[in-house]
Amino acid sequence: MVSRLRKFVLAALCGFTLGFAPALSADRSIVVASTTSTEDSGLFGYLLPLFTAKTGIAVKVIAQGTGQALDTGRRGDADVVFVHAKAQEEKFLAEGFGVKRHDVMYNDFVLIGPKADPAGVKGKDIESALKTIQTKEAPFISRGDRSGTHTAELALWKQAGIDIEAGKGSWYRAIGQGMGAALNTASALQAYVLSDRGTWISFKNRGDLDILVEGDKRLFNQYGVMLVNPEKHPTVKKDDGQAFVDWLISPEGQAAIAGYKIDGQQLFFPDAEKKGS
Amino acid sequence: MVRAAGGLTVRAPVTDLPLVLDRVSLNAGATRILDRVSLTITAGAPTLIVGPNGAGKTSLLRLCMGLLSPSAGAVTWGGRDDRAPVRRAIVFQRPVMLRRSAAQNIAYALAQAGVPRHARAARVCELLDRVGLAALSGRPARRLSGGEQQRLALARALARDPEILLLDEPTASLDPAASRAVEEIVLRAAQGGIKIVMASHDLGQVRRLAGDVVFMLRGTVREQGRAADFLDHPSTSEANSFLRGDLVI
Amino acid sequence: MSDELSAWQLIIGLDPALLAIVRLSLAVSLSALALAALIGLPLGAMLALLRFPGRPVFVVLLNALMGLPPVVVGLAVYLLLSRSGPLGAFGLLFTPTAMVIAQTIIIIPIIAAPTRQTVEDLWHEYRDELIAMDVGPIGRMMTLLWDARVSLFTAVLAGFGRAAAEVGAVMIVGGNIEGFTRTMTTAVVLETSKGNLPLAMGLGIILVAMVIAINAVVWTTRAWSARQAG
Repeated sequence: MVSRLRKFVLAALCGFTLGFAPALSADRSIVVASTTSTEDSGLFGYLLPLFTAKTGIAVKVIAQGTGQALDTGRRGDADVVFVHAKAQEEKFLAEGFGVKRHDVMYNDFVLIGPKADPAGVKGKDIESALKTIQTKEAPFISRGDRSGTHTAELALWKQAGIDIEAGKGSWYRAIGQGMGAALNTASALQAYVLSDRGTWISFKNRGDLDILVEGDKRLFNQYGVMLVNPEKHPTVKKDDGQAFVDWLISPEGQAAIAGYKIDGQQLFFPDAEKKGS
Repeated sequence: MVRAAGGLTVRAPVTDLPLVLDRVSLNAGATRILDRVSLTITAGAPTLIVGPNGAGKTSLLRLCMGLLSPSAGAVTWGGRDDRAPVRRAIVFQRPVMLRRSAAQNIAYALAQAGVPRHARAARVCELLDRVGLAALSGRPARRLSGGEQQRLALARALARDPEILLLDEPTASLDPAASRAVEEIVLRAAQGGIKIVMASHDLGQVRRLAGDVVFMLRGTVREQGRAADFLDHPSTSEANSFLRGDLVI
Repeated sequence: MSDELSAWQLIIGLDPALLAIVRLSLAVSLSALALAALIGLPLGAMLALLRFPGRPVFVVLLNALMGLPPVVVGLAVYLLLSRSGPLGAFGLLFTPTAMVIAQTIIIIPIIAAPTRQTVEDLWHEYRDELIAMDVGPIGRMMTLLWDARVSLFTAVLAGFGRAAAEVGAVMIVGGNIEGFTRTMTTAVVLETSKGNLPLAMGLGIILVAMVIAINAVVWTTRAWSARQAG
């Protein structure tokens, strides 16, 4: 009896190890640390199969906040970082963790809020909208996670002349999660939230929310890509990683980015310089 | 049997008898359970240990089995005091069955006694026949009746091919038919050369089985001798009261 | 996985992405369970049978570790397996293996602590007989574990439940990578954050159904075993 059970257990264990074999023997793959907003927008699901079909390199995307994604690159756990907070990216570069930064695409941020707009912020000026929200203490959801969106939000408060650290009250809710989670929370609490347009367009749980402020030049959101420096982390797959970077900024990759649409709306606008920045 | 190098089993070259207890005492905290017990157990007819509850019969048997260590005094087996004996076995008043079939219980005992795997199946059948449980070999042991479990416990003990078999009131909880079955097995074992040392409450059983009797009271040996002598002409007054059926304090 | 299709359409159509996620969830949780049982059962039995100074401290610690927060384990394993960490050379971060490691650590106490209690209780019952049969320390452990198997099934099942439901640790060490480390639980988190609540709920129901099915299998095995044990 005991030996029969032992045989069964052994067989089960072998089965599971073999079940992993395909994943372990994946030939070529790279790890890209990117942001939750890019992931939640569905861009990668559309873009990556095109790249893999062309090069045979599988792309494994880890979606985190921009700050976290850059830290993943710093630790050498990713081969490429693809984020949207230029100041943080340049710091990363200056610290020697990145090889070269390229612009890839841009979209814009939008201020989302309840359709009824109880604080009356609807318009084209993000600064006055934020000032109004703070004065009226309207409920506001912040990413609070060092992401590109969070960084942009903090920069906007500053530009509006508001010291948000000092000026925040119980109306300001920092949730420390991704864009989708922030939109879910805003929908549930009937609050205002800054979002990137890509995530908003593909978001399905809108409830009563709608875009209230858009088109302000200050809401411009630039995405950049960098290969993690192999000199800092020799295990970085520099050839395959560089292939991905090159493809993103190539005319083919740029056209693919422009081709990603939801409900006929384009989410991201390619803007790579021909010679890199 | 002793397992020698190379996995062969050989008969132990020396015997473990006589078992000699020399002024053995056993304390549990402040209580004296056995008080300077001196006893010699030699090969031969069964030795029955009698006495009222709390006399120390169970503790004496457990000590002989090695489940308890003496607080004072010496225990020698076959004249040696260096090595514990191998060919001894015990049957408790309430046996504990392993959660497996009757046959597997016996196979387990055989395995622990060092019987090689290929020899076990035959021995299991032999032992099941010996205790009359051949028809129940596949039954889960815990679902056997009290009498059947006690017979299985006997089979497990006999699986160890013991020179001395200790039994602690094995029929105390059994009905007469089951008791008779157990006594028959014990008698046949004794006739086969196994030394039986058995605690008993039942004077009829003593009359049926005993060669020698050891009478214990309050942790000491009060009287010992041939069964017929003890039962018909006890020398101590306590033994007299005990045999009459009085409560001996 | 297509967002437009509902969860039911995906099941009926045997959507390959969905199947891959279910297979990965099962593979990770069952592998972690097998490893944790391999380690936890003897560990619990040893702690039940051995006596050494400070033993009560270990018993209390093992019981307390049943409540170890999975995210904390996930973070610790992440730091260990990161390229910048001590075990970085193995390149295990963001792989199913890392997820198995994290889940194994989480469920070892869940299996070992009840095992210790069960084996200790059974030892009190078996003590005299096993000593009388000259059973050595390893033999005692194996015998008690086997004889206690019906009760131990429950401990093992509790371990599986925790592994299957776990999301924090596998998210951190696995990275929720589509096609590689996305399990049912992390997929639910993702779809929820994308606002795909009906799809997320559908995935959740599939997960619950899977766990119930496995519990049913174990229950049947347990009942059969109990009949054998008597």
